[in-house]
Amino acid sequence: MKTEESYLDEVTASEYKYGFYTDIESDKVPPGLNEDVIRIISAKKGEPQWMTDWRLDAYKQFLKMTEPEWANVHYTKPDLQAISFYSAPKRKKELESLDEVDPELLKTFAKLGISLDEQKRLSGVAMDVVVDSISVKTTFREKLGEMGIIFCSISDAIKDYPELVKKYLGTVVPRSDNFYAALNSAVFTDGSFCYIPKGVRCPMELSTYFRINEAGTGQFERTLLIADEGSYVSYLEGCTAPMRDENQLHAAVVELVALDDAEIKYSTVQNWYPGDKNGKGGVFNFVTKRGICERNAKISWTQVETGSAVTWKYPSCILKGENSVGEFYSVAVTNNYQQADTGTKMIHLGKNTKSTIISKGICAGKSNGSYRGLVKIGPRAENARNFSQCDSLLMGSSCGSHTFPYIETQNKSAKVEHEATTSKIGEDQIFYCKQRGIGEEEAIALIVNGYCKDVLNQLPMEFAVEAQKLLAISLEGSVG
Amino acid sequence: MLKITNLHANIGDKEILKGINLEVKPGEIHAIMGPNGSGKSTLSSVIAGREDYEITAGHIDFEGEDLSDLDADERAHKGIFLSFQYPVEIPGVTVTNFIKTAINEIRKARGQEPMPANIMLKQMREKMGLLEIDSAFLSRSLNTGFSGGEKKRNEIFQMAMLDPKLAILDETDSGLDIDALRIVSNGVNKLKSEKNAIIVITHYQRLLDYIVPDFVHVLHQGRIVKSGDKSLAHELESKGYDWLKEEAAL
Repeated sequence: MKTEESYLDEVTASEYKYGFYTDIESDKVPPGLNEDVIRIISAKKGEPQWMTDWRLDAYKQFLKMTEPEWANVHYTKPDLQAISFYSAPKRKKELESLDEVDPELLKTFAKLGISLDEQKRLSGVAMDVVVDSISVKTTFREKLGEMGIIFCSISDAIKDYPELVKKYLGTVVPRSDNFYAALNSAVFTDGSFCYIPKGVRCPMELSTYFRINEAGTGQFERTLLIADEGSYVSYLEGCTAPMRDENQLHAAVVELVALDDAEIKYSTVQNWYPGDKNGKGGVFNFVTKRGICERNAKISWTQVETGSAVTWKYPSCILKGENSVGEFYSVAVTNNYQQADTGTKMIHLGKNTKSTIISKGICAGKSNGSYRGLVKIGPRAENARNFSQCDSLLMGSSCGSHTFPYIETQNKSAKVEHEATTSKIGEDQIFYCKQRGIGEEEAIALIVNGYCKDVLNQLPMEFAVEAQKLLAISLEGSVG
Repeated sequence: MLKITNLHANIGDKEILKGINLEVKPGEIHAIMGPNGSGKSTLSSVIAGREDYEITAGHIDFEGEDLSDLDADERAHKGIFLSFQYPVEIPGVTVTNFIKTAINEIRKARGQEPMPANIMLKQMREKMGLLEIDSAFLSRSLNTGFSGGEKKRNEIFQMAMLDPKLAILDETDSGLDIDALRIVSNGVNKLKSEKNAIIVITHYQRLLDYIVPDFVHVLHQGRIVKSGDKSLAHELESKGYDWLKEEAAL
């Protein structure tokens, strides 16, 4: 039997060993946003006219919108006219050795068990050896290709599979959906596309690490995942190593389409740079994630969120087909000055649709965490059922946790249950653990992992082990 | 093994322990009795290293070493175990996982390798038999939804697994019915050896019919006001504490 350590070694070693993207285009458009900029982006990417028009239309919608303010977060709105919307991935200044890297970051790497070479790679230190990745990628691609599975960048998909993209892009998250979704639709330059053909069960966890032409996560990422009738796919996004990025604003859109009898499992571990201990810096993560389920289909979102200065994210399911199932499992950690407003929307439209929401918030330091969730039962959703459980765990006395559940039912046969608890990691619990020989940090990890167990159990094994460690690291020093 | 000398301890500004002297040798069982609020639980917490209390004078030595600079977990590594009066719930953490973590953290602190899973499992089965615990118990969340009796049994199960040098049983009898009391006491007696020592803290003489002490101490207003053998416990049972309180006041 493998130990957790060996899993972790394997996982952290395999994630990044495929070398890194060096073939970088050099040009960059001047800051600001207007129709010309969008035309330039589309032209640079060699897109067909329909795509350019699609973007321009999104931009027109965007102009009519204003930045939402209803979320329970406070920040200085990013100045969109100061952002350059097309810049090739910047090469960070290479450092001579690890001595030049922030020692806090190195400590975290060490705790995650990331090898020295990977530490260098992640913190931008020059490296001599680049593992040859071509053969690995090719094998991977061949295997998927044999099954008819398409997994490529969204840019490639627009060129190579225009019919599929045209048919589904913007169908789950319309361009006019919200301010950031409209912005993303107009300017996205990066992201993933995945198509699983009818009746195919994808034999491996699809992870963005394996994606061809990946060059780091973009600022405006666009993901489109289609599971055709009777197919199954498990998709992994993100990683536990702290991701630093020069772009403060991240506004991604993820669209999932589960056709009849299909199942999509979408797991995210997000650890964007949260800013320093005083709340300076850090990424704004404003994401729109939504899936649509046709008849008997199932979409399951699992997320472990520990990063970002400000998070605004509601992975949702539209349960359109009868007997379809939506699930949302979430752990959201905020520490120091982080703010998170996250939750889900379960929109029941079809008969006998079911949804489950398990949300576990953990707040420490001076942070603020909110759960915001909508359960909506449409007039035709006979016998729809929902179960929601929203728990909050507080550490210390300067943090805040909030729950905003919204329930709208238009059908009398619906059964909607909501449970919520708030608890605090007590000194009693810590003393109990310490009395048994378990040190304070280990005790916090144990208690937090126990609290999150229902969610962590939903993650694929390797991811779960990483996520456990990540939780412990994110909360280090937050009690006592 | 344990030597407490002139121990004074406060919580906030309030002095709870006012000069405790106590010596416990390997192989001995000491009972500490006393009315509510006499400082019994404070004494057990202070020995275990709870930070809410401040030691203002005196010291506690364990195997010749002063404990005052050691954290609760370091004291546990040295072999001090406290069976809690009110064991804490930790949802989502199974009994097995908790005990495994505790054993291996203690081993780590002692420079030993983690205990192999098969050996741990074997020991668990053995000790479960001793305490008449069902195997389904192991996969339940620690103390979560446990009855009072189950919680106490779980404490003694942990004691059996951790094999401490000094075990302090803080009101282990409270919340136990007569059958559970018998089982738990039996378990404790079987764990007793010439090498370890036990301090039993209790209100009532009842428990001491099962776990027979070598010494009985009566705590009153933060001091040990009387010590004796087990007959003292019987005397307390029939006469109550008042005569001792009067004696102490003189």
